[in-house]
Amino acid sequence: MTVQTVPLLDASDADLERISRDGTLSLNLAEMRAIKAHFAEQQRDPTDVELETIAQTWSEHCVHKTFRGLIEYTEGGRTETIDNLLRSTVMRVTHELDRDDCLSVFHDNAGVIRLNEKYGIAFKVETHNHPSAIEPYGGAGTGTGGVIRDILGTGLGAKPVLNTDVFCFGLPDAAHEDLPAGVLHPRRVMTGVVAGVRDYGNRMGIPTANGAVFFDPRYTANPLVFCGTVGLIPVDCVDKRVDPGDLIVAMGGRTGRDGIHGATFSSAELDDTSENLGSVVQIGDPITEKKVADVLMQARDLGLYSSITDCGAGGFSSAVGEMGEKTGARVYLDRAPLKYEGLEPWEIWLSEAQERMVLSVPPEHEEALLALAAAEDVEATVLGEFTDTGRLEIYHADTRVGDVAMSFLHDGLPRITKTAVWEPPPLTKWRPPRPLDMTDALLQILAKPNVASKEWIIRQYDHEVQGGMVVKPLHGVDSDGPGDACVFRPVLGAPEGVAVSNGMNPMYGDVDPYWMAALAIDEALRNIVAVGGFRSRVALLDNFSWGNPDKPDRLGGLVRAARACYDFATAFETPFISGKDSLYNEYRDTKTGEQVAIPGTLLISAICVLDDAEKVATMDVKQPGDVVFMLGRTYSELGASHYLALYDETGPDVPHVRPVDACITMDAVHAGILAGIANAVHDCSEGGFAVAAAEMAFAGGYGMDLDLRRVPGYGLSTEEALFSESASRFIVTVPEDVADRFYATMLAIGVRAVGRLGTVTEDTRFVVRDSNGTACISEDIATLKNAWQRTLPDSIQGETA
Amino acid sequence: MTAPRVLILRTAGTNCDVETAYAFKLAGATAEAVHVGRIFDAPDTMHSYDILALPGGFSYGDDIAAGKLWANEFVHRLRAPMHEFVASGKPVIGICNGFQVLVRAGLLPGDEGLGVQTATLAGNDSGVYECRWTHLRVEPGPCLFTRGIERAIEMPVAHAEGKFVASDEVYGRLELGGRVAFRYVTADGGEADYPANPNGSHGGVAGICNAEGTVLGLMPHPERFVERTQHPRWTRPGSPTVGHGLAIFENAVRYAADRAS
Repeated sequence: MTVQTVPLLDASDADLERISRDGTLSLNLAEMRAIKAHFAEQQRDPTDVELETIAQTWSEHCVHKTFRGLIEYTEGGRTETIDNLLRSTVMRVTHELDRDDCLSVFHDNAGVIRLNEKYGIAFKVETHNHPSAIEPYGGAGTGTGGVIRDILGTGLGAKPVLNTDVFCFGLPDAAHEDLPAGVLHPRRVMTGVVAGVRDYGNRMGIPTANGAVFFDPRYTANPLVFCGTVGLIPVDCVDKRVDPGDLIVAMGGRTGRDGIHGATFSSAELDDTSENLGSVVQIGDPITEKKVADVLMQARDLGLYSSITDCGAGGFSSAVGEMGEKTGARVYLDRAPLKYEGLEPWEIWLSEAQERMVLSVPPEHEEALLALAAAEDVEATVLGEFTDTGRLEIYHADTRVGDVAMSFLHDGLPRITKTAVWEPPPLTKWRPPRPLDMTDALLQILAKPNVASKEWIIRQYDHEVQGGMVVKPLHGVDSDGPGDACVFRPVLGAPEGVAVSNGMNPMYGDVDPYWMAALAIDEALRNIVAVGGFRSRVALLDNFSWGNPDKPDRLGGLVRAARACYDFATAFETPFISGKDSLYNEYRDTKTGEQVAIPGTLLISAICVLDDAEKVATMDVKQPGDVVFMLGRTYSELGASHYLALYDETGPDVPHVRPVDACITMDAVHAGILAGIANAVHDCSEGGFAVAAAEMAFAGGYGMDLDLRRVPGYGLSTEEALFSESASRFIVTVPEDVADRFYATMLAIGVRAVGRLGTVTEDTRFVVRDSNGTACISEDIATLKNAWQRTLPDSIQGETA
Repeated sequence: MTAPRVLILRTAGTNCDVETAYAFKLAGATAEAVHVGRIFDAPDTMHSYDILALPGGFSYGDDIAAGKLWANEFVHRLRAPMHEFVASGKPVIGICNGFQVLVRAGLLPGDEGLGVQTATLAGNDSGVYECRWTHLRVEPGPCLFTRGIERAIEMPVAHAEGKFVASDEVYGRLELGGRVAFRYVTADGGEADYPANPNGSHGGVAGICNAEGTVLGLMPHPERFVERTQHPRWTRPGSPTVGHGLAIFENAVRYAADRAS
């Protein structure tokens, strides 16, 4: 056993920077100087254990210093200082709305909302981007395992009841010679990530029933993997507390040299040497985690522990440091069960080995807890105890290897001012001089990877386990149409359902991250509303994945997106309950010297309780004769649309969200579903009205005959009416005998933008008529469906993982 | 009369115990999920139960082969109580991973007795784990779980290793004895190719029973279709009004209750 001291007191600035870089500490000079000053007061150098503990705790990954720091922001020639972007946007809306059903927001491992008298629903989405770039299977699997542990470590522990996964990859048909040095092919990344998520979630017995995949060449070197889990928790288990004298108990997997420096690694940019940091990525063991979950749920209900958290980034150092923040903690590293001998104390302390939880256990329950764990073959070990000293004391047997004041660890981080600038890109409105045939355009858009069927992925996930799925991911006569959101019963036999959806559209961010964020919120809400959820009962999560925030243009976009989060969550009355950010998603190609950042990417995840899980709608048309309505107005908004992308063009006219109209439309759709009149509902998103209507038709197995002149909007061209991706729009079908009543009711409740477009037809032809009454689109639904289904299976031919 | 008691065994990696218990409760039984370790400690407690269920999941991670390690525990650590339970004629059902366990333990087809494996469930022809709904024809025969079910039914499968493989002799004996309890068919009842037959099982075999009809194993999940709203097309006109899987549990519960009285 060796403990080194790190010579900081005599170090120059250059030395400090070198020490940070060589140790993968990801600490900047100001932070290294603060650490030096702290130890200078004590007239000693820090031990390696101490310096590593501080680096983990202060990492961007753990403390979100960009979001919580100071930002000098310039837009339109005006400069202002933003003090804590998170608190002034995302968290502010939650505070201002102050909704009764929010049981726990932002301070725990997940946010919690109320399900019913007895239970709450916990929800968290995490990123696991850097690991998945290096080792897709292991990275994605442990991403799933990690967010499941977040749920197990929320309050006194929630039971995982749903997984959701959203991925961003490079183009599946990228040419090998175009890949940057040291980068895996996007197809290889995709198959590996899907397999990793599949094997972890399926083995844990958690249904994966919601997700999305987005392809863009800028994700080639930095794929994004968002893993989310929903949990069920008794309302009296939402709070937890650590008392001095409680024992520190580690439960689950053993500690090894795996995953060391994950927290600091994820706060750095990647290049072709990143894969040499092999120890930062791990392979998960879902069965161990399942066993831990089984024991925890029993121990929770027996009241055997008083607090719990998971070992994620930073391992024991973060878990014990966080739990003991208000008290103090004394830990004996030699007591930790190891996978193999030979670990130095700092390695035990920092290891991010998977499937480990840390509990605080009142001494009188020690015996019962250890016996319960042993009975199910789960390892549980007392590592030390929580104290009242306000210090984090770390021992290896009798040797003290670290002793840091909790106050310095948690409050000593110097606040840094970063610079942010936003300038709109120089774009002019563009329309094709000679438009394609509209049927061809529709077929081409349906086949685009971002629109095409994801069934190849969905079928590999067990979305039926636990027996509660009411609205599944795939719909229609052949169960292959694309659902908007899933709805499941978290408690079998109980009436309540929970709807989960997501919204994400990075291509709008190329024009303006403000509208990208607004549209992501709108999309997540539309998806919830389309299955029967009520807008103002939705709670949101934010996940920002961005480039290097030390670069002013990247940070400028982040500021704009965060501000839209505040504006639109306020307008929709939907609080954020938890969130996460993953920055530094950039890659330096050592071959060409080129630096590539991902497009600023905001994932909005939405969750909503339905009092009656049977008052829902699916997107497939149900029967011939049903009348097709459109709710919501279409605008001349083809900027960054799939339609313009067919011409490799974009434009400044991205969709805007008009929240007053949006709320009326969403609430009207909800009322239609609740009344049992709306029998098929689908939102218009990527590809606009034409794609949404076509999907409803081919999922249901019937044709449609629709009149474009009835689409609500002013002065729209045929291509705009078909393919504008304007926000807050739905297509709804209702039985013929209630169509008049539905139309009158919509007008009566104040929906001004409602159009009766046509009918569902017995034959299998999808027909849309333009202003002359002639068909601008006419195609058999089998042909449309085939175009939409072929893309993904064709692109993964021969690739397995 | 007291409700029959169902023992739902679980172990590391079992994950369908809660919904299996729910299905048995809907069918009128009381059901308990018990860790197999408790049975190791007190094997005779098994006999206080009327029905045994091995639920789905990934027991011990399906290391070596699906269900293999858990099957070994039944063969080597619980041989006597397992043998006695089956020999007494009490109903036993293995679903998905539970079916894999019963086959690997030799309890199905069961003609050679515990510990002699005569069939297997091999990797799906598609090469991947797949979750999809299937149409099943219920074959006439001795199986107590399928009594009175005459129409084709629907249930979901979710597995990577579900392709039933046996020698011609074993397979022929199952066919002759009416012991192929469930067979994958197309929506209109015809012979099924992929994906209607999701794994490439010989003859479309989805579930089999022992010669007495008291032990049933099947890859599809009846516990995932015990209520109307679990059906994938329940929002469409003409969908089933009751869960097709429920009758399987009700048959077991009724049989157990009749035996007891």
